[in-house]
Amino acid sequence: MKYLDEYRDGRVAAKILGEITRVTTRPWTLMEVCGGQTHSIVKHGVDRLLPEKIELVHGPGCPVCVTPLEQIDKAHAIAARPGVIFTSFGDMLRVPGSHTDLLRLKSTGADVRIVYAPIDAVRIAQENPGREVVFFAIGFETTAPANALAVTRARALGVRNFSMLVSQVLVPPAMAAVLQSPGNRVQGFLGPGHVCTVMGYGEYEALAAHYRVPIVITGFEPVDLLDGVLRTVRRLENGKAGVENQYSRVVTRDGNVAARTLIWSAFEVCDRKWRGIGTIPKSGLRLSYDFHAYDAERRFDVGAVETHEPAECISGQILRGLKKPHDCPAFGSRCTPAHPLGATMVSAEGACAAYFAYGRHRGEPVAVP
Amino acid sequence: MCLAIPGKVIEVFEDRGLRMGRANFGGTVRKVCLEHLPDAGLGDYVLVHVGFALSKVDPEEAERTYRFLEELGQLGELQVPEAEP
Repeated sequence: MKYLDEYRDGRVAAKILGEITRVTTRPWTLMEVCGGQTHSIVKHGVDRLLPEKIELVHGPGCPVCVTPLEQIDKAHAIAARPGVIFTSFGDMLRVPGSHTDLLRLKSTGADVRIVYAPIDAVRIAQENPGREVVFFAIGFETTAPANALAVTRARALGVRNFSMLVSQVLVPPAMAAVLQSPGNRVQGFLGPGHVCTVMGYGEYEALAAHYRVPIVITGFEPVDLLDGVLRTVRRLENGKAGVENQYSRVVTRDGNVAARTLIWSAFEVCDRKWRGIGTIPKSGLRLSYDFHAYDAERRFDVGAVETHEPAECISGQILRGLKKPHDCPAFGSRCTPAHPLGATMVSAEGACAAYFAYGRHRGEPVAVP
Repeated sequence: MCLAIPGKVIEVFEDRGLRMGRANFGGTVRKVCLEHLPDAGLGDYVLVHVGFALSKVDPEEAERTYRFLEELGQLGELQVPEAEP
């Protein structure tokens, strides 16, 4: 199992770290975009291994975290209706809205069911012809094909009692929003590995060229992440923008063309609100005209919902790389995973929840990979 | 939640016009949609996200990624019961 150990080997990590230290002459701020990367970085203390000049800030790549409060409140309003079976990925169950969460609604009699695959919700609709079955279709580009499959399948099979509450978001417009933020500190990105298995990295090339930044498509393991940092820093030191693929054993430039065709058969690009950040132009997907009959927002007239976010939460600044969890006075005291105040604490992949899970609210040292 | 999990394709079948299969994820067998990964067949390792096969991976990569996700506590979605016909 030589190959297997290569990405966990402390000697390989030490060698890359030495190279990072050797090539770094100035301070640089890098952002990892994917929530899975954030989780791995904090768990393995990758950020603490880096030379002081290199700072990692954590991006908006946790789909559960950035799902806007309005959509969560709409989900709760729909789930509470008599006759509705509300289906969702398990991750959304504990996410608090303005008034409640799905788990609490379930305990008070609402029919809320966790599904593994969105297409399972279509099956539930077929088995319950007298009920309205709604699926909460959240996620980034990695999840979009599975969500598109569910709604195209429902239409193909004539399942009319199925609809989706859509809150799909896209990574590149969020990266552009980070770069456009007043006071932006991010100079280079570790790009999202699994998002690119679907999308490829052509659109990241356009982003890198426009904003003159390096973007290195990176995996999730400690050695991947260190390698991604090294490649990004090398480019920054040499003044070279552009895209590099660190994760070439999984990601190709074109991604999965058939899966993308499926996405565009059901969805179209729209402006979307991100929890903590606000509306980002052309940063989301909504059902296209042909699928309006399957749009839960049209089927259930939930109307305008009034939302309430705690004023002291700084998740918007954390998601844009302007602040870290420690900068928040509520972190670890008034805001914990059990009682989250905002976006970055509501899911394990959020920066605040990851810092909390690995003891950083207590200032404890973190295990070295 | 948007990490894909590698599994080995152990069965391929058709379900009303859709190319489906079953994949083994470290002992847990789940139904997966193979329609959009036409070159993946029996015995291949595929990266699957919420029941949708996204890409093929080689066996070593699959093995290592699976173990890594297990350590990271990112295999929760596999524990959700499947909606059976």
